[in-house]
Amino acid sequence: METINILFCGTGGQGILTAAEVVALAAMYDGYHVKKSEVHGMAQRGGSVESHVRIGKKVFSPIIECGKADYLLSFEKGEHDRMFYMLKQKGTDLFNDFVEASKKISNPKFVNTYMLGVLSKYLSISNESWQQAMKESIKPQYLDKNIEVFTQGNRN
Amino acid sequence: MDNYKLLSGNEALAQGAYEAGVKFASSYPGTPATDILEYFTQFKEIDAQWAINEKVAFEVALGASFAGVRSIYSSKHVGINVCMDPLMTATYSGINAGFVIVTGDDPGMHSSQNEQDNRLIAKFAKIPLLEPSSPSEAKKLIKLAFEISEQFDTPVLFRITTRIAHTKENVEVGKRIEVANKVFEKKPQKYVMVPANAYKKHIDLEEKLIKLQDFSNNLKENSIEIKDKKLGIVCDSVSYLYVKETYPNVSVLKLTMAFPFADTKIKEFASKVENIVVVEESEPFIEEHLLSLGIKCKGKHYTYRVGELNPESVRDIVEEKPKVNYPKPTRKPVLCPGCPHRATFVALRKTKVIVAGDIGCYTLGATPPLSALHTSICMGSSVTIMSSLTSILGSNSAVAVIGDSTFCHSGIEGLINCAYNKAKGVIIILDNATTAMTGAQPNPATGITAKGEQTKKLDLEKLCIACGADIVEVIDSSCSSIEDKIKELIATKKLCVLIVRYSLCKMIDRTKKPAPTVVANKCKKCYMCVSVDCPAIFKDESGNIRIDNNLCAGCNVCVEQCKFEALLRTEN
Repeated sequence: METINILFCGTGGQGILTAAEVVALAAMYDGYHVKKSEVHGMAQRGGSVESHVRIGKKVFSPIIECGKADYLLSFEKGEHDRMFYMLKQKGTDLFNDFVEASKKISNPKFVNTYMLGVLSKYLSISNESWQQAMKESIKPQYLDKNIEVFTQGNRN
Repeated sequence: MDNYKLLSGNEALAQGAYEAGVKFASSYPGTPATDILEYFTQFKEIDAQWAINEKVAFEVALGASFAGVRSIYSSKHVGINVCMDPLMTATYSGINAGFVIVTGDDPGMHSSQNEQDNRLIAKFAKIPLLEPSSPSEAKKLIKLAFEISEQFDTPVLFRITTRIAHTKENVEVGKRIEVANKVFEKKPQKYVMVPANAYKKHIDLEEKLIKLQDFSNNLKENSIEIKDKKLGIVCDSVSYLYVKETYPNVSVLKLTMAFPFADTKIKEFASKVENIVVVEESEPFIEEHLLSLGIKCKGKHYTYRVGELNPESVRDIVEEKPKVNYPKPTRKPVLCPGCPHRATFVALRKTKVIVAGDIGCYTLGATPPLSALHTSICMGSSVTIMSSLTSILGSNSAVAVIGDSTFCHSGIEGLINCAYNKAKGVIIILDNATTAMTGAQPNPATGITAKGEQTKKLDLEKLCIACGADIVEVIDSSCSSIEDKIKELIATKKLCVLIVRYSLCKMIDRTKKPAPTVVANKCKKCYMCVSVDCPAIFKDESGNIRIDNNLCAGCNVCVEQCKFEALLRTEN
């Protein structure tokens, strides 16, 4: 299969790194080679955050080439506009889904998981692997609620 | 599949070192290398320690190698500068059990004050250099690093970059091999580097380098892939992956052991391809070596020495184009909502003195609208630069601002030097009881070890008195009183230390107090509240004040700026 490039962007504290981790794990559980690249370590909330996830048979570069992202998941308007140039001409921009999700989901902490649900419709990753990945990266007390929101996004 | 984990480059190399039987690890936190030592803390077989600085980390790790156990040092690239003194001579003495030095370089300066290329240190210090391109390769290669170290009696430099350290991929995890401890023998000719001994060891070292070059020539990890012979690319580190991505069909020489250079392999590759391009981040390290061998090659335009490469920049380099696409500006980094440093910087802004700053979260106090930090060079430099500013410009001209961890790292020497050389001025220690910048690691002033155990707690007040400070005072965070206290201490014209102590940094204590309430009809739109530079309070399109209740930690620093009662504290 062709390598699939997913770009997440937004600001610190929105759960972007967790969302990217869940996709990467789920793809790995399904037997794909995965590379996920982000820059972290400057401890600050509210700063720019981006994470590149690449899924395929054999992935080389850890970062997505300019204009080659298949999916753009933006969690903030300014960051969306800043990173839009990374999207393929026929790529899928999920920003409208994010805007809708922000209205629909009362607790902003779960919007990232809703967006994963939306993304899951486009990827051939088994539901079992998604569930396992969420179990691995989300605190047990929030797991049920996250699975519920994920399903909601998936059925949207 | 069960033996595969999604690991970062840092985690993968630490896992590899664990499997290679490492028993001792020391480091000082610094992005992008921090989580190497953090990964080691989970293993009971490894004595994993945060050192007070990189020189100390290097020496204790070298000492562990002398004592007979496999040992590893890790730090960010500029941390290597701090340990250059022992490093430059450990290459002469050699090691006992395997000793690996990990440098986390930061091309692009994602979180650093410079983007120095530590490959040059391998040549300068005369030590072998290994460079993985990915986490899975880092895992395998670190084992080879320990073997080379023991086979050639040398420390090995292991270089990763931010892009490798912070990339995760599927990594196969294996079992640990226990390596028998080596015996320490009293051999002054090896371990006592006085001139007569060091002279002989230098001769040994030069001979060792010739043997290491032979080893490098035969190392399969220095690999030649012949495809289209029109173009041959020589590369190392993560650049190899960008080359494979952008030019899957060209011939490639991947230098995994980048020093000593595999000259035979380089010449062999050069004889097989028509045109050679060198693709490497930062300095023209490989390019200059190829040119010195008389091999005709093209390197990158000098503009590409700045910043990191990516798949598209490889195309520019091959096509001999300069760099035109610089990274787009991101959101300005700011102190976190609820950050205990904010109140101090708001106070410092009002004092109008020169603020000699240091390295840590609080360096962010330099950016407008706070603009309350005016120098920042390296770890510990606040105290020393302040001492000269006050000596030359007057004792009321400047203050120093330094974090608790940075003070332990290399601020203490500066304070002793101030006392000894009769310097005056106020040193403000921002004591948030953690190393916040790198994600909340403990330090000697916290009384907690890397493994989370209780230990002796460094008493900063007693230490500062012992170092020779005339006045040492402790104050809790509260906007107005900090300003008055700083002014009072400046007026004493003595050597003062003001410890601004906070219960806990927001990196650790995520509990929130309620956000303040905006009383819109009282707001005069002076924007003093916004001038505290908190991401949780901002002007909307119409110029009205808004608070993001999800981000706000309820510290009320903004409330204290409002003279019109347009911001009200919300009681619990």
